[in-house]
Amino acid sequence: MDKNIIMNAADIRRTLARISHEIIERNKSTQHLILVGMHTRGVPLANRLSGNIEGFEGISVPVGALDISLYRDDLSSLELQPIVKSTDIPVNIDNKAVVLVDDVLYTGRSTRAAMDALIDLGRPHSIQLAVLVDRGHRELPIRPDYVGKNMPSSRHEEIQVRLKESDGIDEVAIISIPTKEEQS
Amino acid sequence: MRTIQQEKEISLESKRGITIESVWQHKHILDLDDFTPAEIELVLQTTDAMHEILSRPIKKVPALRGKSLVTLFYEPSTRTRSSFDLAAKNLSAEVINLAASTSSVLKGECLVDTLETLEALGTDIIIMRHPHSGAPYVAARHVKAHIINAGDGWHAHPTQALLDLYTIHHHKSKFKDLKVTIIGDIKHSRVAHSNIWGLTKMGARVTLCCPPTLLPMGLDEPNGHFPKIEVEPNIDMALAGADVAMALRLQLERQQNGLLPSMREYKNMYQLTEEKLAKAKADVVVLHPGPVNEDIEISSAVAHGPRSLINQQVTNGVAVRMALLYLLAGGTH
Repeated sequence: MDKNIIMNAADIRRTLARISHEIIERNKSTQHLILVGMHTRGVPLANRLSGNIEGFEGISVPVGALDISLYRDDLSSLELQPIVKSTDIPVNIDNKAVVLVDDVLYTGRSTRAAMDALIDLGRPHSIQLAVLVDRGHRELPIRPDYVGKNMPSSRHEEIQVRLKESDGIDEVAIISIPTKEEQS
Repeated sequence: MRTIQQEKEISLESKRGITIESVWQHKHILDLDDFTPAEIELVLQTTDAMHEILSRPIKKVPALRGKSLVTLFYEPSTRTRSSFDLAAKNLSAEVINLAASTSSVLKGECLVDTLETLEALGTDIIIMRHPHSGAPYVAARHVKAHIINAGDGWHAHPTQALLDLYTIHHHKSKFKDLKVTIIGDIKHSRVAHSNIWGLTKMGARVTLCCPPTLLPMGLDEPNGHFPKIEVEPNIDMALAGADVAMALRLQLERQQNGLLPSMREYKNMYQLTEEKLAKAKADVVVLHPGPVNEDIEISSAVAHGPRSLINQQVTNGVAVRMALLYLLAGGTH
């Protein structure tokens, strides 16, 4: 099993600074913006983006937290069932530009679930997607608007994002897990 | 250096978030005596998430799409049944409501046959209320579906106790060392029995207050059925310093002759009134599982007063039952 660090703390900081600028650039005014982090690691990422935007533009952008457990399309077939966390969106999302924030974009199914969850809460003007790592292998027609790092990966690999807020360290690693045949 | 298995578990966790299996072990919900404090905490935490859904304009999420659920009630009910019905619908499950009074039970069908019929119809969850203590345990042995006990005889009513725990926790933010005084017909109260288990497991101090004839049997046996609780027949003493006062319905339909000298004496001594409540802490909250016999076990003024959480209990009941349905029926376990 190999583990390679693909982003360290400084890389993550620079990448989030760049994404923050891109969000400001694309949305021109930050007035109607809301950042919504997807549990678990999307939430601290959204908070950091909001902090950056406040630093650059002097405007504080509201941050929400979204739990998608109840919207998953694989809920009845999952061997391990996720613990539901509280969804907390501080403002009405009607006519807002919502930027969904997640750590890793993979099949796109979580994003699909997140969009369903958001639309149950109101009618946003638009939904955009920001991810720290895009590892490919999409199963749905979903593409991110803001990407930290494109990391083409094999399905036998895991992308592990660790953040100070949840894991005590800022780090993105790629871990190759041997397939069953290789193990035996 | 971690083993491959450990790394795999960690990466799985990082991918999917923490899963419930590390905490939750129940296939059925029959009573709280076999719940761990961690499981009760998981229920309360999941209920918080469900509570948020109830505050939305569209109170519906797709979590239990395709699951079917039957409420099988051999006794009348307003709150519990409609609250399970709503909880299941909010999670997009299919619901069939069966009352013994309108089903083949009237033609003499026995419990196990009814359950097997429901199983043959492909029911995933059976919510069951029965006048005989232990009936849901029989059901759990006979069918593959998940059984939720919605009240069995005098024995247990775990979902009501969990919603009481949630309501208390919402207002007090803790259980440790809370003084909870339960007043009234404890002998016949399945709600009280389940609450005694739940509250003591979470570290609250439970005091029972009622005439000795309305105490359950087996309380003072050394290795008895019940956890350690206090009994104080004097209501003023029982309420002194209480954080929570829980009044119970005097089960008029279950009173045998001789348990109470007279209704008037019972009301004088045990009715929860503003005057008696003055002995409790200033921020005491009042619970009642409903339905209320107003001016028998609780005065109208208290039942509808500022300390009363009776209506919040009903609202919280929907959220708690959504949480329980999710915890039971999601996943492949």
